[in-house]
Amino acid sequence: MNALENVSVTNQVVTVKKRTLKRNLPSKILMYFLLAIFLVVSVFPFYWMLVGATNTSGKMFTIPPTLLPGKEFMTNLTNLNDTIGITQVLFNSIFVAAVYVVLALAISTAAAYALAKFEFKGKKIIFTAFLLSMMIPGQATLIPLFRMMSDFHFLNSYFALIVPGLCFPFAIFLMRQNLLAFPTELLESARLDGASELRTFLTIVLPSMKPALAATAIFLFMTSWNSFMWPLVATSSNEMHTFPVAISSLIGVTKIDYGQVMMAVSLATVPMIIFFLSLQRQFISGMLGSALK
Amino acid sequence: MKKNIAFPYFFVAPAVILFAIFTIYPVFDSLILSFQKSTAGVYHFVGFSNYTRLLGDTIFLKALGNTGLILIIQVPVMIFLALVLSSALNSQILRFKGFFRTAYFLPAVTSLVAYAVVFGSLLQSDGLFNNLLKLIGLGSVPWLSDPLWSKISIIMAVTWRWTGYNMVIFLAALQNISEDTYEAADLDGAGKVQKFFYITIPQLKPVILFSTILSTIGTLQLFDEPLNLTKGGPNDATMTLGLYIYQSGFQYFDFGYASAMAYVVVLIVAILSFLQFKVTGAE
Repeated sequence: MNALENVSVTNQVVTVKKRTLKRNLPSKILMYFLLAIFLVVSVFPFYWMLVGATNTSGKMFTIPPTLLPGKEFMTNLTNLNDTIGITQVLFNSIFVAAVYVVLALAISTAAAYALAKFEFKGKKIIFTAFLLSMMIPGQATLIPLFRMMSDFHFLNSYFALIVPGLCFPFAIFLMRQNLLAFPTELLESARLDGASELRTFLTIVLPSMKPALAATAIFLFMTSWNSFMWPLVATSSNEMHTFPVAISSLIGVTKIDYGQVMMAVSLATVPMIIFFLSLQRQFISGMLGSALK
Repeated sequence: MKKNIAFPYFFVAPAVILFAIFTIYPVFDSLILSFQKSTAGVYHFVGFSNYTRLLGDTIFLKALGNTGLILIIQVPVMIFLALVLSSALNSQILRFKGFFRTAYFLPAVTSLVAYAVVFGSLLQSDGLFNNLLKLIGLGSVPWLSDPLWSKISIIMAVTWRWTGYNMVIFLAALQNISEDTYEAADLDGAGKVQKFFYITIPQLKPVILFSTILSTIGTLQLFDEPLNLTKGGPNDATMTLGLYIYQSGFQYFDFGYASAMAYVVVLIVAILSFLQFKVTGAE
């Protein structure tokens, strides 16, 4: 009886599906049309950025509009280099992000491991404090951090750009989510075999965490690469600027050279796009993180 | 097999120490600062005067209103767009899903400064948007020079940057809704719109709440975009709380006043998050 019922229900589902497919042809076309519009909206600013980077500034403001890449790539690059010292900015952005990722990843992974796999006094308080801190807007700590860096003469240094953000609770949560899923029995049996905790962590736990580590590393890299408010406040000389601050300084002048601006934007953006396209899965799980769990 | 009791402390210590120095101390320091005023470089307590001054500061009130207005319009529009896009990409009959998803997510990998600057070039009075409008015979729009349009420009830009991001969050959650639920609705003769409102949205409620809170906190801190797109203008029409805190602190060097403002934002974030939890009835 039950089996019969099931069969008839399945048949019904199949016919409904067939019917829906046929009936839906116009709505399908409408859907592709809407998706295509959103596609253009999403991607066009990137194309425009490249058009701007390869044309002179004035060409971006003509009627009829310039919609094709031009030949001024080298001119814009040279001009930009004269204005902001592009190798220095590139070095600062890469150096700060690289050091930040390595240190912040180590610190967050260690903390996450303790929080995920151990019981200890104060664990709950620490966890709650990390959680609550994610609701505190950056502006609330900006001024004290600035005063602190100023008092210790750390302003305008790599130290100021890297160290204050090293404990990033979101990264800790990201790693903790993944570490929670690690089988505790494996840890127990390693302990039975007499392996030290550190050894267990380094040789058994870490190797199985590669996807999570990659995702968190990407998240931390993006955070550093795109960070603006703190570097703006913490750095004063052009030699210490990272991309966002350098780009912002380019539009702070009265006569903006959009060729240079778009070149700078392209240099900051294109590597991230390539990076994203080649590591999409890790990127998305890193950026959305615990939202997915 | 003795468990090493000190081990978790060693592991959590670096994060906790950094957290204490660079988060907890600043949070309290700025609370204290918000009750202080500097005279010739020396800080002394002035009670609530920074806070009472806020009530009569027209720029602050304007920033509060602007931030609120942007929040009320931008977050729902973006969440709705993200829901529609994610439902479309979750559809059985659609092809090239991966391609669309990648393209829609692309804005989320750009830096806020970078995209604000690109939008700035598009929205100039003689920029591409206006030039295209002129070509098809419509007049030009004062995107950045009119109080209302400049807010719309900020809303458009922020929506462009974050819709794909939220869409991917929703897409992940949608994949957890069982196909049976939709098939049962098919049998009952439910249409697309009905399924969207009666199945998709209720099932996604926790995720929508999460995204809304995250977006609310983000919008309340709006800084990179107004600074690089409109500079808070025209005539403070796009002045946001984040931008005004920065200006008070680092252009007028009124640290006490800026801290008081920052604490008002902290309070608003706390209240709004609490309300959103209450209203949606989450645990």
